Amino acid sequence: MKSAVILCPGLNRDRDMLYALETITGSKPATVWHTDTDIPDVDLIVIPGGFSYGDYLRCGAIAARSPVLQTVIERAAKGVHVLGVCNGFQILTEAGLLPGALMRNAGLKFICKEVQLKTVNARTAFSNAFKEGEVWRCPIAHHDGNYFADAETLKAIEDNGQVVFRYADGQNPNGSLNDIAGIVNAKGNVLGMMPHPENLIEDLQGGSDGRKLFESLVGQLVA
Amino acid sequence: MKARVTVTLKNGVLDPQGKAIEGALGALGFGGIGGVRQGKVFDIELSDRDAAKAREEIAAMCEKLLANTVIENYAIEIL
Repeated sequence: MKSAVILCPGLNRDRDMLYALETITGSKPATVWHTDTDIPDVDLIVIPGGFSYGDYLRCGAIAARSPVLQTVIERAAKGVHVLGVCNGFQILTEAGLLPGALMRNAGLKFICKEVQLKTVNARTAFSNAFKEGEVWRCPIAHHDGNYFADAETLKAIEDNGQVVFRYADGQNPNGSLNDIAGIVNAKGNVLGMMPHPENLIEDLQGGSDGRKLFESLVGQLVA
Repeated sequence: MKARVTVTLKNGVLDPQGKAIEGALGALGFGGIGGVRQGKVFDIELSDRDAAKAREEIAAMCEKLLANTVIENYAIEIL
């Protein structure tokens, strides 16, 4: 499986993501700078977490208008799989690749801790190594992870099964509607999530629950 | 020509920052506050041009960047 990681000034989880991808997929991901418009021919494009452009204006707003994102939008339309984690999720919503928006945490604080997630759709390319309803551990680290969508959009994504991960019962850390932690687009080839699966992939990090997300993709996209 | 764009959260969108400000105003002894909503103001300088055209262009700026229309409304004022 070939992958590429997008780099923008201010993103800071890129090395964790590169390490996770190389360790689990067995091949070294390409890196693409935000001013580039050419992305190598890959199976998976990843936008990692951080604070792109200082999160000026709104989280992910400036990165979503950068040259490289226009190519990401084109590739996504062609069916290439795209994963956005944390700031990457915010960028994907700002770019219009995913519905809704990520707002300031309801408690107003930056939250860095481990939570439990529940996989509520194990039929996507990003989640097929999980069991339906499986609860797993995953770190979070964000200030703006409060998922919002208007009632009509929310109903549509729920009815379409586009909600893939929820915060487990009673663990919603940020006020997200319907405990939403991660969603896919209608086509199922773009996933955004606030938690960081790339930070729980081996014993040294205290567990490897996050591996299953990457293993799902490897199983699905192996060339 | 100068223009001012005001971006505000749509009705029904939770504004935790506005809530915190409302609480702080109450703590300072200000009474009778029905609610506080926080927004953003952009002052934009434009090279001289037709006001109607400027308004049109600023609306495009709002749609493309200045506001996230999923959660925000915008108002344009030519000063």
